[in-house]
Amino acid sequence: METPENNKVNAPAGAAPAAGARPAAVRPAAPAAPAQPAKNLCEPKTVEPAALRKEMERLRRDEQMDFLECLTGMDWGEEGGLGVIYHLESTATGKRVALKTATTDREHPYLPTVSDLWDIANIYEREVYDFYGIIFTGHPDMRRIFMREDWVGFPFRKDSNPEKDNPLRMTNEPLTDLAPCYTLEADGTVRRSETPIFGEDDYVVNLGPQHPSTHGVLHFRIKLEGETIKKVDPILGYIHRGVEKLNESLTYPQTLALTDRLDYLGAMQNRHALCMCIEQAMGVEVSERVQYIRTIMDELQRIDSHILFFSCLCQDLGATTAFLYGFRDREKILDIFEETCGGRLILNYNTIGGVMADIHPNFVKRVKEFIPYMRHNIQEYFDVFINNVIFRNRAEGVGVLSKEQVISFGCTGGTGRASGWHNDVRKRMPYAMYGKVDFKEITRTEGDSFARCMIRMDEILESLNIIEQLIDNIPEGPFQEKMKPIIKVPEGTYYSAVEGSRGEFGVLLESRGDKFPYRLHYRSTGLPLVAVMDTACSGNMIADLITIGGTVDYVVPDIDR
Amino acid sequence: MMKRPKIKSIPYDDFKDNETFEKLVEELNAGGANVIVRKLDDLIDWGRSNSLWPLTFATSCCGIEFMAVCAARYDIARFGFEVTRNSPRQADVILVSGTITTKMAPVLKRLYDQMADPKYVVAIGGCSISGGPFTKSYHVVKGVDQVIPVDVYVPGCPPRPESFLYGMMQLQRKVKVENFFGTTNRKEKDPISRAEQREKDEIILSEEEKA
Repeated sequence: METPENNKVNAPAGAAPAAGARPAAVRPAAPAAPAQPAKNLCEPKTVEPAALRKEMERLRRDEQMDFLECLTGMDWGEEGGLGVIYHLESTATGKRVALKTATTDREHPYLPTVSDLWDIANIYEREVYDFYGIIFTGHPDMRRIFMREDWVGFPFRKDSNPEKDNPLRMTNEPLTDLAPCYTLEADGTVRRSETPIFGEDDYVVNLGPQHPSTHGVLHFRIKLEGETIKKVDPILGYIHRGVEKLNESLTYPQTLALTDRLDYLGAMQNRHALCMCIEQAMGVEVSERVQYIRTIMDELQRIDSHILFFSCLCQDLGATTAFLYGFRDREKILDIFEETCGGRLILNYNTIGGVMADIHPNFVKRVKEFIPYMRHNIQEYFDVFINNVIFRNRAEGVGVLSKEQVISFGCTGGTGRASGWHNDVRKRMPYAMYGKVDFKEITRTEGDSFARCMIRMDEILESLNIIEQLIDNIPEGPFQEKMKPIIKVPEGTYYSAVEGSRGEFGVLLESRGDKFPYRLHYRSTGLPLVAVMDTACSGNMIADLITIGGTVDYVVPDIDR
Repeated sequence: MMKRPKIKSIPYDDFKDNETFEKLVEELNAGGANVIVRKLDDLIDWGRSNSLWPLTFATSCCGIEFMAVCAARYDIARFGFEVTRNSPRQADVILVSGTITTKMAPVLKRLYDQMADPKYVVAIGGCSISGGPFTKSYHVVKGVDQVIPVDVYVPGCPPRPESFLYGMMQLQRKVKVENFFGTTNRKEKDPISRAEQREKDEIILSEEEKA
């Protein structure tokens, strides 16, 4: 992995103008290299670790940067050190800012925590510790989150060899009940202390890793008092495949293949995000036809995901008939996908500079048949399940999340919108055709399980509206730009986001001008949703955990990546 | 002795690979079989092969396809597989649908150990066969057959519902030729216990050498 370029000091700020001036055009006829830096280039402001706390507190309090969008661990090699990139956004003003900090001490890398300012930083910092070994001083719970506790080394470091140190261990996984905390003393030393996660007399129930209602392999340790949940401690990583690390040794077109397998119910959108990120970084403009096709496909995927959400929720609550209703309609969408993409679930459709193949001649006809079909059938969902008094009683007023909580936890997507937070990326940062179509951002204010379910139902109808506006007007044009056989992205750090099926799916790409990405980080839509489970479930009954988990709607392979 | 088991849904000659299967039948019946016992076996096999209860075990994408197979269009109930069990103690077959990571491997092994005999394993999708697209990853088991013995492999990423059903019918054929009385059936040896056995053998050998 260690290339000579890795030793270069990373200075995206200085490299940016040069990046823009590079010949990003990929064929003679393509538009000339952009004079300005790429649209999605982010130039994180460097902050020294010592000054980080002060700066973060200022941003949080004075500039109301209340949404920690993304927190990415980085390994910039020997000279750049180990560090973190923060993406912050203010929900009040919409202002966005990126910061970075780094420490060159590879033996004992310490950075100050921000977990007291944003709730979601707690779990993000644990992720960075797990992958890079950066210890956040003042963090209350510095345990590993994805790897086993007896894992040796930190897999994402450029100089690590995780497979050599970690053979397949068939012993049962050790699980500690102590949360280590590292505090920075006044004299500069670091003191380690441990606090128990559960008390001596606590009644703790395990849910998962193999449980039909966890939507994948997820492990919760639940502290109960009678039937009331007091605490939920998620243990992740049962489907951690190291996609981000794998990406560092794959060429750009190869990295695309893995995005579909992150959140397989948002395969189109995930891949759209990565393609868009690379295209914008290279200054490639895709044709309007591609934009139309991508938008329609994204919305079809969203409907597909929301139908599956409904089906699984019904199944989890014991309504098998409703599950069958949902899958009946989902198959119609899969038919449309299959004709054009050849796949049902893993679609592999978007590609850098366009889409893999033009739409099937039947596509428009099929989609136009599907719109009234779905509008009619969604009524049945209400008749058979949602208006049912049993479901109402189990969902209304259960698992309430306030707007402040969802923002602090960064719960984008339907979960955030159910609590009244306008977080739709399609409105916040319009991409593809979303700036030109007329659609509503569905929000509710209750923040309970029922609102989260209804958001998704309404979004199905809204997605149908979007498709209806576009389907008749798909312009003529190429479905793919001609790209060079070897794709190289100009140096710099780039961030692009799309509205995935269950929230903001972001791609952070750091390139050093190679044909491999230096670092490719995905902002998982599901990780904040699992992080919020503790807050959402505390005080509710153990049986409601299934409803809350179902309506919060996470997909585990997307969390673990 | 049953050599060409009848599967209702698909004629014998329509299966792609009959040679491997015939070899298996030959091996199973190498010693011959008692007529009465074999007839009893046929009856049990008929019942078992048409009511294989799968464990709801899914780690990633293939699990969603499994749900589609269970739903109305592909209707797994036609074959008697629709009784999905949430507890391994009640299940006959574990469909490993999805990537198995090194953290998940001990859990999978434990689930398998908890199932009652006779039990079967179907590896579904590229990930569970060989690691699939993640085979270079540091955290992925390169094939579930390193952890538990596998009866049928269903390739695809994810496999189409039709291949699911084809794989399940292959399993039905396998069950149909088994002998439950008298002889042992399991030809796929448990990989872990085999490795452990080898280790033990080596220890004994080295001790003998010392002596």
